[in-house]
Amino acid sequence: MYSAIPTHPVPIDDASISLPMLGLIRAGFPSPAADFAQERIDLIKQLIVHPQATFLMRVRGDSMREEGIFDNDVVIVDRALRPVHGHIVIAVVDGEFTCKVLYQMRGRIKLRAGNPTYPDIVPREGQTLEVWGVVTTAIKTFKT
Amino acid sequence: MLALLDGNNFYVSSETVFRPALAGLPVVVLSNNDGCVISRSDAARALGIKMGAPWFKVSHLADSDGLVALSANFPLYGDISDRMMSLAAGLGPAQEIYSIDECFVSLDGIPGDLVDRARRVRARILKWIGIPCCVGIGPTKTLAKLANHIAKNAERKPGSYPAHLAQVCHLGAMPQAELLDLMASTAVGEVWGIGRRIEAQLQEANIRTARDLATADVPTIRQRWGVVLERTVRELQGVACLQLDEQPAPKKEIACTRSFGHPVTTLPELLEAITEFATRAAVKLRDQQSLANQVMVFAHTSPFRSGPRFSRSCVTPLSRPTADTRRLVAAGVAGMRKIYESGYLLSKAGVMLLDLQDDKIEQGALALEPESKDQTVLMGTLDEVNRRYGRGTVTVGSAGTSNKPRGWEMKQARRTPAYTTDWNDLAITRA
Repeated sequence: MYSAIPTHPVPIDDASISLPMLGLIRAGFPSPAADFAQERIDLIKQLIVHPQATFLMRVRGDSMREEGIFDNDVVIVDRALRPVHGHIVIAVVDGEFTCKVLYQMRGRIKLRAGNPTYPDIVPREGQTLEVWGVVTTAIKTFKT
Repeated sequence: MLALLDGNNFYVSSETVFRPALAGLPVVVLSNNDGCVISRSDAARALGIKMGAPWFKVSHLADSDGLVALSANFPLYGDISDRMMSLAAGLGPAQEIYSIDECFVSLDGIPGDLVDRARRVRARILKWIGIPCCVGIGPTKTLAKLANHIAKNAERKPGSYPAHLAQVCHLGAMPQAELLDLMASTAVGEVWGIGRRIEAQLQEANIRTARDLATADVPTIRQRWGVVLERTVRELQGVACLQLDEQPAPKKEIACTRSFGHPVTTLPELLEAITEFATRAAVKLRDQQSLANQVMVFAHTSPFRSGPRFSRSCVTPLSRPTADTRRLVAAGVAGMRKIYESGYLLSKAGVMLLDLQDDKIEQGALALEPESKDQTVLMGTLDEVNRRYGRGTVTVGSAGTSNKPRGWEMKQARRTPAYTTDWNDLAITRA
């Protein structure tokens, strides 16, 4: 995989180094809180690894209930990840997006629903199965 | 060495990302008010639809050939552009974003196989975002542009150029004879900066191909056409005359972007930069006698540095086409306020003026207050005040007069949802 890390040195100036400001230094006992200075958790940073390749989609349907994805959930889709067997993916079937589990074993590829009432989607002869992206997270919002 | 990377059929390709069913179909994107064609899929091109064709002249193809027409969705294009530019920046140490779908990247100091590197960046943009690109590489901007033209046509029209030059074409590493052969297959009008009028004059003087121009007598060129064309000839000969951030010809978008000398973290500092960029872009806009309909702003952290990453953009539609610096600055500042978040070391930001039109075809649909053409004196005063009383003194105040989008003024009957910029417009996946 190609990496964006440059192959030449990048100069770092003083201004590029930022450290949390902890207040004035005093003699005596240090503040016990100082060692634990932390930034508040940022959900975006936690959930999105490849910002340029990440898209959100809204789910319509109940074929993925057993995987914990319900109608009206929003899913985070990362297109930079290489899809492998067992990933929950967004695939393109007949020009439309569908969210399913990727089954990829012994040269066979199909899409499986997380709901026994839905049949597997098996690509027809000569038809390629296009995986659009890999679902990394589902967001469900409850009534408040 | 320089690379020019651009997205193929950029607006149509951006639409296809979220509507995969459009792949392979004849699709066009229409300008503001659904007036004329501003982007075509290859299949639409094959139907003979020309760039700029008025919609009413080609709309019959919807019934006869299944032509799909979409209203321009600038919030979507702005976001996709921002993603693409941020990946393209990985090609080399410096980037000039030239328009919404094109950028020059300096390859200075990059060791190894440049073609291979360009192919990998291209593959990444295709996989990560879904936009097919072409990359042209050459020792000058004009040659990088020519290389891009060859890369695109070798792919689009097999037989026009050798097939191995499709998608990525490097003119800086081939024997002179081969380069001249490629130039001989390229009409002179395809050379960067050669407009219709000059093309006709060159044809008359029997300069028909890029090769004819590259081998023309330089003093004659200068005497008859001036230094601008002379510069183009020298650039074709491999002598760099245009640095990053210099262009020869009027453009369909105007960009003013810059990497910061040191990372920017605060909003006032960022707004000051945006004000300056918008001001400069406005001057360029007036210079080429155009009006803008949309203002895009963006800000990034460095792709070369670890730490929390930030990459956002925002397109603000203007209530009416304008070249007024104040309106453009206000729209840019309003957009940046929307996307800014503290806690990031921002390394780059920019302003892009989109959806440009000739200032002579002003649409006086609604008689709003009259607009004066040139506010440079006012802006100069503003800069002076800021210099005297401290940064951001007046900038932030001007931000208050934000341009609220007024959808009702624009006809956008065929617009797709704002898939990436509106929580209520997310693409739907079946499950």
